[in-house]
Amino acid sequence: MANIMIQGSKGAYVFYLPKRDLEDNIVSMEFDTPEKWGGEIKLNNGGTYYIEPQPAPARLPISLRAKRLDAAE
Amino acid sequence: MSALTREETQALIQEVLEVYPEKAKKDREKHLAVNDQSIEQSKKCITSNRKSLPGVMTIRGCAYAGSKGVVWGPIKDMIHISHGPVGCGQYSRAGRRNYYVGTTGVNTFGTMNFTSDFQEKDIVFGGDKKLAKVMTEIDALFPLNKGISIQSECPIGLIGDDIEAVAKKTAAETGKVVVPVRCEGFRGVSQSLGHHIANDAIRDWVLPRRDGKAHESTPYDVAVIGDYNIGGDAWSSRILLEEMGLRVVAQWSGDGTIAEMEKTPYVKMNLIHCYRSMNYIARHMEEKYSIPWMEYNFFGPTKVAESLRAIAAHFDDKIKEGAERVIAKYKAMMDEIIAKYKPRLEGKRVMLYVGGLRPRHVIGAYEDLGMEVVGTGYEFGHNDDYDRTIKDMGNATLIYDDVTGFEFEEFVKRVKPDLVGSGIKEKFIFQKMGVPFRQMHSWDYSGPYHGYDGFAIFARDMDMTLNNPCWGKMQAPWLKKDEPVAEKAAA
Repeated sequence: MANIMIQGSKGAYVFYLPKRDLEDNIVSMEFDTPEKWGGEIKLNNGGTYYIEPQPAPARLPISLRAKRLDAAE
Repeated sequence: MSALTREETQALIQEVLEVYPEKAKKDREKHLAVNDQSIEQSKKCITSNRKSLPGVMTIRGCAYAGSKGVVWGPIKDMIHISHGPVGCGQYSRAGRRNYYVGTTGVNTFGTMNFTSDFQEKDIVFGGDKKLAKVMTEIDALFPLNKGISIQSECPIGLIGDDIEAVAKKTAAETGKVVVPVRCEGFRGVSQSLGHHIANDAIRDWVLPRRDGKAHESTPYDVAVIGDYNIGGDAWSSRILLEEMGLRVVAQWSGDGTIAEMEKTPYVKMNLIHCYRSMNYIARHMEEKYSIPWMEYNFFGPTKVAESLRAIAAHFDDKIKEGAERVIAKYKAMMDEIIAKYKPRLEGKRVMLYVGGLRPRHVIGAYEDLGMEVVGTGYEFGHNDDYDRTIKDMGNATLIYDDVTGFEFEEFVKRVKPDLVGSGIKEKFIFQKMGVPFRQMHSWDYSGPYHGYDGFAIFARDMDMTLNNPCWGKMQAPWLKKDEPVAEKAAA
């Protein structure tokens, strides 16, 4: 689990992982509705992370815990 | 000499790598690249922020340098204790020319060194008692200090002292802010992690102090973040922002005070100059206080005008007009400077190797003078720095990350730039090789270089260095044969 930050706005989310200084666009997010938001997120660099599905945050950026499923390197 | 082609540059990198053992060669290869503007992401061509190779000379600092030297050190009305043995603080004392206004030793403490001077017994029995005593003494001797930061040196982390507990206890006694910073030098691969740790300390110990308190603000409040006032840089930037109608509430951290930093959560916009060292706190403020932030670049008239307009775009028409007025006001002065120096500098080629923001930010200033940057690199940059650099650099130019002494010398010998811009550790090597050199960390004890006023000084300094008659006298007169001197010196 790692602390991450999601920035940007709906449709153009940016993923930031301070620990590795990884900043990248999010290509797809599993759930992206006001009630359910999160799940598996795919990054532009090919990496995949998982955030617990939750109600969509009122505003961005937001800091979250994410699980690494597949990091690109 | 004409510019190298892509193939030639690639061949040069391979040639330089040839001397390394197999494993080292493989490692260093990832840090050297030929710029290709078509690449979107730097990580496809260059690796950065990795541990330096053992056995080679590199030019990096440590986490303590990043925290005490860069982020915390310039906060003038706080006392920064170098907690640990005396050397780290003493040998870096006043090394960075963070100018400030105030009476040193009375209400400002920028160029002084405070240390807990660890001895063997402090390592064996722990240094917490000594730290508490040091802070009590400081408060008695320097009553006008506005707070204390404890900058940990390596032993603190190794022996496991609880500086946070001491900080809380002392803060309760004195009523002033006491910030423990866990910036032991062994953390991370370079000073870059020190910046991050220092930012986190500001986030946890400084910013929340005024949460919920009333503050009188205007719609034009901004904070200048990541300008360390080297030679007065922050001042020459600040006047431009104020002239266009903005109110600069805080300067981080050159000529800055703790009160300014505490007020930053009330600004309308954070303006980031050094992205590398302060982006963390900007992101935090965006999340917690909904303050947008943007990067700007105040090197050279083209970039200054671009940045002023970009900043103004976030505000109303009054500020937009203000920006145009400022640009117009300085236009005549800039044209005059460019007319004077461009003919003397045009076509000259520059190689840079600095840290933070300068490897990409000063490119515009050189281009304004008709010069070309043919190689650049960061001491401690990360991928996102290189992402931004790729667009600013020309195609087929050299990019080197955490360059070693050997590589840098070989590159300069082959690329033959007219000017090298780097730090004090490289200065005399290149000057002895007969290559004009400017220190781009400390502006070679000149400056400021930011803003319109700074550009005038920048242009003069570059001319002074490049066209100095001494470069024609690199060979002793009795050794002079018929061959041209310049070539001999560069070989």
